[in-house]
Amino acid sequence: MSTHALSGLELVPTSDEQQNGKDYTSDQEVRWCPGCGDYAVLKAVQSFLPDLGLRRENIVFVSGIGCSSRFPYYLDTFGMHSIHGRAPAIATGIATSRPDLSVWVVTGDGDALSIGGNHLIHALRRNVNLTILLFNNRIYGLTKGQYSPTSEEGKVTKSTPVGSIDHPFNPVSLALGAEATFVARTIDSDRKHLTSVLAAAAAHRGAALVEIYQNCPIFNDGAFDDVKGPEAGDHLVRLEPGLEVTVGGRTWLHDPSAVDPSDQFALSRMSEGTDRVPVGVFRQVQRPTYDDQAREQVATAVDASTASREERLTALLHAGDTWTVV
Amino acid sequence: MPQQVTRLDRVVIRFAGDSGDGMQLTGDRFTQESAVFGNDLMTLPNFPAEIRAPQGTIPGVSSFQVHFADHQILTAGDAPDVLVAMNPAALKANLADLPKGATIIVDTHDFTARNLQKAGYDGDPLEDEQLLSNYQVHAVDLTGMTVEAVKEFGLSRKDAARAKNMFALGLLSWLYGRPTEPTVTFLERRFGRAPHIRDANVTAFTTGWNFGETTETFAVRYEVAPAPQAPGTYRNITGNLALASGLVAAAVRSGLPLFLGSYPITPASDILHELSKHKGMGVTTFQAEDEIAGIGAALGAAYAGSLGVTTTSGPGVALKSEAIGLAVTLELPLVVVDVQRGGPSTGLPTKTEQADLLQAMFGRNGEAPLPIVAPSTPSDCFDAALEAARIAITYRTPVMLLSDGYLANGSEPWRVPDVADLPEIDPAFATEPNHTSPGSANGADTFWPYLRDQATLARPWAVPGTPGLEHRIGGLEKGDGHGNISYDPANHDLMVRTRAAKVERVADSLAPLVVDDPSGSAQVLVVGWGSTYGPIAAGIRLVREAGHEVAQVHLRHLNPLPRDLGDILSRYDRVLVPEMNLGQLSLLLRARYLVDAVGLNVVRGLPLTSAEVANAIEELM
Repeated sequence: MSTHALSGLELVPTSDEQQNGKDYTSDQEVRWCPGCGDYAVLKAVQSFLPDLGLRRENIVFVSGIGCSSRFPYYLDTFGMHSIHGRAPAIATGIATSRPDLSVWVVTGDGDALSIGGNHLIHALRRNVNLTILLFNNRIYGLTKGQYSPTSEEGKVTKSTPVGSIDHPFNPVSLALGAEATFVARTIDSDRKHLTSVLAAAAAHRGAALVEIYQNCPIFNDGAFDDVKGPEAGDHLVRLEPGLEVTVGGRTWLHDPSAVDPSDQFALSRMSEGTDRVPVGVFRQVQRPTYDDQAREQVATAVDASTASREERLTALLHAGDTWTVV
Repeated sequence: MPQQVTRLDRVVIRFAGDSGDGMQLTGDRFTQESAVFGNDLMTLPNFPAEIRAPQGTIPGVSSFQVHFADHQILTAGDAPDVLVAMNPAALKANLADLPKGATIIVDTHDFTARNLQKAGYDGDPLEDEQLLSNYQVHAVDLTGMTVEAVKEFGLSRKDAARAKNMFALGLLSWLYGRPTEPTVTFLERRFGRAPHIRDANVTAFTTGWNFGETTETFAVRYEVAPAPQAPGTYRNITGNLALASGLVAAAVRSGLPLFLGSYPITPASDILHELSKHKGMGVTTFQAEDEIAGIGAALGAAYAGSLGVTTTSGPGVALKSEAIGLAVTLELPLVVVDVQRGGPSTGLPTKTEQADLLQAMFGRNGEAPLPIVAPSTPSDCFDAALEAARIAITYRTPVMLLSDGYLANGSEPWRVPDVADLPEIDPAFATEPNHTSPGSANGADTFWPYLRDQATLARPWAVPGTPGLEHRIGGLEKGDGHGNISYDPANHDLMVRTRAAKVERVADSLAPLVVDDPSGSAQVLVVGWGSTYGPIAAGIRLVREAGHEVAQVHLRHLNPLPRDLGDILSRYDRVLVPEMNLGQLSLLLRARYLVDAVGLNVVRGLPLTSAEVANAIEELM
């Protein structure tokens, strides 16, 4: 069977039972700061997961370190709160060894783009069947307010008293550069948009990166006010397939399914030097996933012989030049 | 021409040449011939970290030593009886290791002014009276004869000359009466697609053999009779191959898929190569973007129900340390293979050392104990891998398996076990709730991930996909039993002690140590671990042959240490601990047992010699 055209959740068993958000709520007290954008994302995910209709025990959330990485504790699924930056690697092992699991990574701008930058780009280029939620608040929250790899130049923080001299990453540009097959951006406060992007990401077979603009009310309050609420106005460009977009004087119709990522990358640069911010799905293309192909190689080798595992082991142990002493 | 045949009980041959001369292959073929012939043997490859150092220079010299005998042997030999040197640099680099009277077979072809200079010789050593009087030197133009012999195949001069290693192998095979069929078959298989190359190599090999037979250069042939061996099927096996096979065996005997997450590193990469060939046995290999991702993916796979394994060398363990600590606190099964090499830092990538013991013991933040297992010989890597997997799965813990460069690339005959005789390992996955909440009417209704087995202190292994067992684990301290985040001081103290106690419980499952003390009245005990087993046992033989008594105990489990070790140590007046480090096991034994352990510490990137061990023992008497 070719797994190429399957949806992201095709091999995950479904549940007959009617589920609701409460089923996905663990008994642990949520411990984010009052007003944190993480609450909105958690609520959206808890409300959205029942729509997938999956068996709860077949969903795994893996996180790294940081405020957002506490996320798995609050969901009543399988979950692992791992170590700083390594969640994509751990999730790769889970997804590759188990086609029947829906595997999610929850990470932040420091976790995914600083200490874990290497794992993120490699998970994306391999196209492991993961849904990666990157909470971007442009600040280190859990360590109390240092600048992050997405903080703007000149930012004054505890560790940059005269302004940051680090040039920031644009996570969408980075993901496109890493040849991710699904790249999107959404906003914590826009429940409807957030949910629609999550649905598209979950349905994608392969690595899906969703950047979520998330407000940190303590250390970087209002970082995304320009694109929130009524003032957002023309600042916010809601991407849809076929939308006419203009960047750097060039105009074209947005096509997230275009295999050549050049236009999608150009679109990700729209906010550089302008006050316009695109949100929505930048890229959504099909490419065989790492985990499907790894399993196919194993399955092909297993099917190549009718010998049992024990018989094959016996043959392995007797490989090469042998001699017998009687 | 009839030749005199001299019987020997053992011989050590070292093949040495330039990195591109095919010395590893030559040594390996001679080894296979000797194995099939029935000798006991051990090998020691020794090669530079550079793939092709400048040709003809000392740094470019690659060698392969094989020790074969008509009786059971324990090492690859302290010093060669025969050196085969394919160029001036090979002669110069190895001469100091030869005892007086040793045989040198040297290819004179490259003894040109330019090559002599590259090797750092002022004049031609083959005209040096001292060399000629101290050693039995056979100076032969191996390359020239090879090129002449393979002329008919129309190869370029360069390609023709490349068959010189097979000429040398043919000559040595004749000299020691080795069977030739295995090598001819091997060459036909290897070069089947290139008939000219195949024919040239086979011809060079047989011409080398015939040269020995017809020339008067060699007046004596040698015979080393087969060694008595227990009935069974045997093969020659390197440590890395045995270790990879042991991991596959552990997966089969536990009924688990095997998942290897690994990043290429010398001298461990061959395990990755080998396991990548065994997909048909449910083996998945993941070549990760770095060492951390290698262990991360293995840990993820373990969480999801595979036998998770990561393979590396010392520098890789340093990078994996944080993830190993996570595995300790998550209490998931994981095998971490460290094929040790010379350190610190990049150190000596292709040379052996045992200096990662304390890194394995203590190289993590916090109190993060884990079991440590070390194989003692190349073939023992098979059993040690199975044992590491047994402990990991049974006790839900990462286990460090400490091999080293000598074991990894060295080889010896191995009696192939019956699969049915290998230990079975029960993963005993959790399948249902294990805790009764206060309001429950029908018994256990919730799942507590840190509720422990009372005998082993292991926690349940509940894999995703098991209904009703949804739970969260992580690197933050967990509450005893329920596993939720806990910052409670008393709970942390309890959890730290419990994790340590669990590792100590592994000792309950260990067989008593075997003390080799034939008379029971020795006063000196030699304690070793890992690959020093052979040199220590061989050194002890020498001491006993000299009429002295000495006892030996060798440790496979470094953590926890076996329960009877303390008693054993207390029975001897003196304790000697030979190690290829500056005294790491000594430190542990001194701390744990207050024993005045004396170290024999050598870090030359090479195995200890039996003579060094014997001298150290005698100094203690």
